[in-house]
Amino acid sequence: MPRIVFAPAIQRHVAVAAQDIAAGTVREALDAAFAVEPRLRGYILDDQRRLRAHLAIFVDGVAVRDRAGLTDMVPAGSEVYVVQALSGG
Amino acid sequence: MSDHLLVATRKGLFGFRRGAGGRWRNDETAFLGEPVNLVLADARDGNCYAALNLGHFGVKLHRRRPGQDWQECAVPVYPPQPDAGGGAPEDKASVAWTLQQIWALEAGGADQPGALWAGTIPGGLFRSDDCGDSWTLVRSLWDRPERAEWFGGGYDAAGIHSVCVDPRDSGHVTLAVSCGGVWQTRDGGANWACTTAGMRADYMPPERAEDPVIQDPHRMVSCRDAPDALWVQHHNGIFRSVDGGMAWEAREAQPSSFGFAVAVHPADPHTAWFVPAIKDACRVPVEGRFVVTRTRDGGATFQALSRGLPEGPAYDLVYRHGLDVDASGNRLAMGSTTGGLWLTEDGGDEWTCISTHLPPILALRFA
Repeated sequence: MPRIVFAPAIQRHVAVAAQDIAAGTVREALDAAFAVEPRLRGYILDDQRRLRAHLAIFVDGVAVRDRAGLTDMVPAGSEVYVVQALSGG
Repeated sequence: MSDHLLVATRKGLFGFRRGAGGRWRNDETAFLGEPVNLVLADARDGNCYAALNLGHFGVKLHRRRPGQDWQECAVPVYPPQPDAGGGAPEDKASVAWTLQQIWALEAGGADQPGALWAGTIPGGLFRSDDCGDSWTLVRSLWDRPERAEWFGGGYDAAGIHSVCVDPRDSGHVTLAVSCGGVWQTRDGGANWACTTAGMRADYMPPERAEDPVIQDPHRMVSCRDAPDALWVQHHNGIFRSVDGGMAWEAREAQPSSFGFAVAVHPADPHTAWFVPAIKDACRVPVEGRFVVTRTRDGGATFQALSRGLPEGPAYDLVYRHGLDVDASGNRLAMGSTTGGLWLTEDGGDEWTCISTHLPPILALRFA
């Protein structure tokens, strides 16, 4: 099963353990994490439901391309890693 | 007189308390390392609020009820942008529908327990009726066609930085927008009027200089005991109103009428304080002399106050929320972007330096 992991810099604000998710889109993977910890949503997405400008999401080490729609696919067995970018101070 | 001061800085919230001997000491610290850009102490219920701007993770709002710890509450959330077309967050147009900063935070009227007003960048006004557990965008203002003419002053998008609730009538709210003028409602936000007659923006093309919706008030305050008296530190200089913000008159101060912050005496509408910088193209104290200017006659004359302020060259700049006066009108505090914090107990005749080693100060408020 795919897994979604949040970097320690994010965990500092909202604790959320790595979790197994169903294969699907990046948005579906995030929604699964938000279902477990609703507070996380506002830290990851802006109020237009886009990935915040200074965050990055990698699927098996490849940065997602659709930062607004989050439609990149998460294949079976892959790891989704959500991390803050070094930009943004 | 207030013995408690909350100082919001780029690296945390610092509380200062006056001890028996008159010394002010840092007695509490919260959100260490995080940018806190605004703070509110609500006298109606003792709640305190701190607005954080976490950069990567967006704007957050925390509330502390009396005797309890800080706890995150809700933030204003903009509604889905129509025909967004899935634009990326970096696109200019879609930046305008995302909360970038809480830039004003004020309590509603005494007859509205739990009511709060939040002004934001990119220019939306929000209201909460439950101490920040939920917020609603005031669409009657957001949907005004004039808002398309607003633009950013110091930020990429316009922002509401000042909200004045009339103590005589909670439905009468006056707010100031950089750069979008002064707006008033008399029915709790259902309808709005732009009231800037007399303001001018000489830095704009001449045909736009008196255009109401592009005026750039940097900060607006109203006199608690004479709420028809308002003072504005504007990008163009100082303006004063005596009729509830319907008409404004320019006032001139020396060494400069340019700056960001303003405070008005809570009981005396003729007394106000400013912290001048040279001009918009050079935002440092005039000739390196860090002073506060005060008028006691409605702006006819000003004094430059410097006793207790640095004698040598000082390049401190006080942001629009970096100056506050307490309920007595005798104590003022100001904090600079170079981390200097000063306080006066006699209306500005003498200042005491509390610290010059704080992180950049973004806002402060007596509690």
